[in-house]
Amino acid sequence: MSAPESSPKSLFDKLWNAHLVQAQTEATPAIIYIDLHLVHEVTSPQGFDLLREKGIPVRRPDLTLATLDHSTPTLPAGADGIRPYYTEQARHQVHTLRDNCREFGIELHDWDSPSRGIVHVMGPELGATRPGMTIVCGDSHTSTHGAFGALAFGIGTTEVGHVLATQCLLQTKPKSMRINVAGKLAGGVTAKDLALNIIHYLGMNGGTGYVIEYAGEAVRNLDMESRMTLCNLTIEAGARAGMIAPDATTIEYLRGRPKAPKDAAFETAAESWLQLASDPGAEFDHEINLDGSAIRPTITYGTDPGMSVAIGEPVPPAANESQAKALKYMGFSAGQSLGERKVDVVFIGSCTNGRISDLRAVAKVLHGRHVAGHVRMLVVPGSEDVRKQAEDEGLHETIIKAGAEWRLPGCSMCLAMNGDIVAPGETAVSTSNRNFEGRQGSGSRTLLASPETAAACAVIGHVAGVSELQPLQESR
Amino acid sequence: MQAISQVTGPILVLEQENIDTDQIIPARFLTSTSFAGIGEHAFADWRFDTNGDAIADHVLNQSRARRSPILVAGHNFGCGSSREHAPRALLGFGFRVVISSQIADIFRNNSQNVGLLPVVLDKDQFASLLQMDGQEITVDLEQCRVLVSAADGGEQSWPFTIDPFARHCLLRGLDRFEFLVQANDAITAYEEGR
Repeated sequence: MSAPESSPKSLFDKLWNAHLVQAQTEATPAIIYIDLHLVHEVTSPQGFDLLREKGIPVRRPDLTLATLDHSTPTLPAGADGIRPYYTEQARHQVHTLRDNCREFGIELHDWDSPSRGIVHVMGPELGATRPGMTIVCGDSHTSTHGAFGALAFGIGTTEVGHVLATQCLLQTKPKSMRINVAGKLAGGVTAKDLALNIIHYLGMNGGTGYVIEYAGEAVRNLDMESRMTLCNLTIEAGARAGMIAPDATTIEYLRGRPKAPKDAAFETAAESWLQLASDPGAEFDHEINLDGSAIRPTITYGTDPGMSVAIGEPVPPAANESQAKALKYMGFSAGQSLGERKVDVVFIGSCTNGRISDLRAVAKVLHGRHVAGHVRMLVVPGSEDVRKQAEDEGLHETIIKAGAEWRLPGCSMCLAMNGDIVAPGETAVSTSNRNFEGRQGSGSRTLLASPETAAACAVIGHVAGVSELQPLQESR
Repeated sequence: MQAISQVTGPILVLEQENIDTDQIIPARFLTSTSFAGIGEHAFADWRFDTNGDAIADHVLNQSRARRSPILVAGHNFGCGSSREHAPRALLGFGFRVVISSQIADIFRNNSQNVGLLPVVLDKDQFASLLQMDGQEITVDLEQCRVLVSAADGGEQSWPFTIDPFARHCLLRGLDRFEFLVQANDAITAYEEGR
């Protein structure tokens, strides 16, 4: 099953082998060691209950890191100091995580932490996410951390309990896929557009059973935040993990991060990280070659992230009954121009596109412009760190001046469980990751796009691309 | 976890493909710190309108839905989030088995951990099953077979494959956690060897 020692190995093989506590047999799964366990309030409480039930501690609190993100309000506390949780249950859930972290000795980035943020934004910012690691979290977008050459994937709450107790996970080795994206992305084409095109190509289940490695010139040229966007969306094609080999870009991003090794130890680590890249001749169960230069800014029109078109293209005909149902839900018909659709809400944020580069791109579009009168636009930084950086750069002023709401960090409108909700029947253009029925609120209709495109839609007031913006009159 | 070896009963068919975890259990029901009562919210946005009123003619609101231990759902069932609340909601609703022609990775894993049996059938056999809404079938985990009465009175027996360890644990109602605990020495040795 596994290749002999001498044969060329993939990045995934190297990570898998290095973390085997007990090898897989015909009758039993492998036991793999977990280097970093990220925890948030929603999927952890019953995991901690397991520990209490069995009377055992967290095995490695030092390899466990917690934050508040999913259920947290993005509006500030009132004059009374009380945070406007959506429900008392949400408040209780957050308090439960706080209690659990205190009881079991886990580092929690609470409201008062300057680093609190969406779990997949915070981990990399702190340098807690590093190449060569195995990383899990009770959240499917854990695939984000694969951007660093880590093996990172989402787990369920029972498994959260397993990792808390044993720092290990039972796993059957997935198959491997490599997606090579040749060429250069055209100007105005982002990692979000690349990812939406890959999901469109694979279908939302094309990656099921696989770990995907992204490679090729277009991928190598992406900065770390763009790589995170690409790996984040891997789960939307059904693959649990996406990864990119560490290189100089990875190393420079991590240098000086609070939890990264320091000085000589960093240089030693960096050298070892560069050894993780797939060996020439490494074999994959499936390999795909795509042309990055052919990709154009893209937007979804259906209720799965694979249903997307280049901006300006009409709505394609439904290929099957599911797609027909999706079109009906979205209120689109085949051949219709997406540009006809009035946009009610624009959401900028999430673990997919809530980083500083995303906010810079939004501010660039909004600078000197105004959000259309009928559009409600929310801009939600992915973390306190992102918020501070944006405010230091004055991006928030541009955003507020343009008529958008500047919020506190959190998952916000991505999943409508914290008070930030799209109303039934409304159309939202969102930089998040899922356009499922009701994802942003019962009856909500979501179109997924890049931050640039979403900002352009906010200004124009209907579905549009950046190229449709009127040039600014004054000095550029 | 409740052991599961053989389940017989009428099937409930949801033909739609790509039923994601947000359909199975919308995120707004995830703020509880326990799984108790989660079955009441299964498919909430399908069963209830935006005012919270039950949509009477939805198949999931018919009395037979609660009497069907076997859910038969379209290709790529359970895609999306890692929320274990999804298989727990299905169990709470009354299902013990979910059959599809493809089941998403994390959902399948979570199902096996909580005692919901995920069964993936061959496409042609699955297509036949989609036409049998309400009909009684048997899912036999011991033999790894789905048994269906044929129109001529005979019985068809369709094989399925499942991870052997998952089968072992589901058949006996074993918590996989115990397997990890038994490996404690190996875990310690691994930590010391780093």
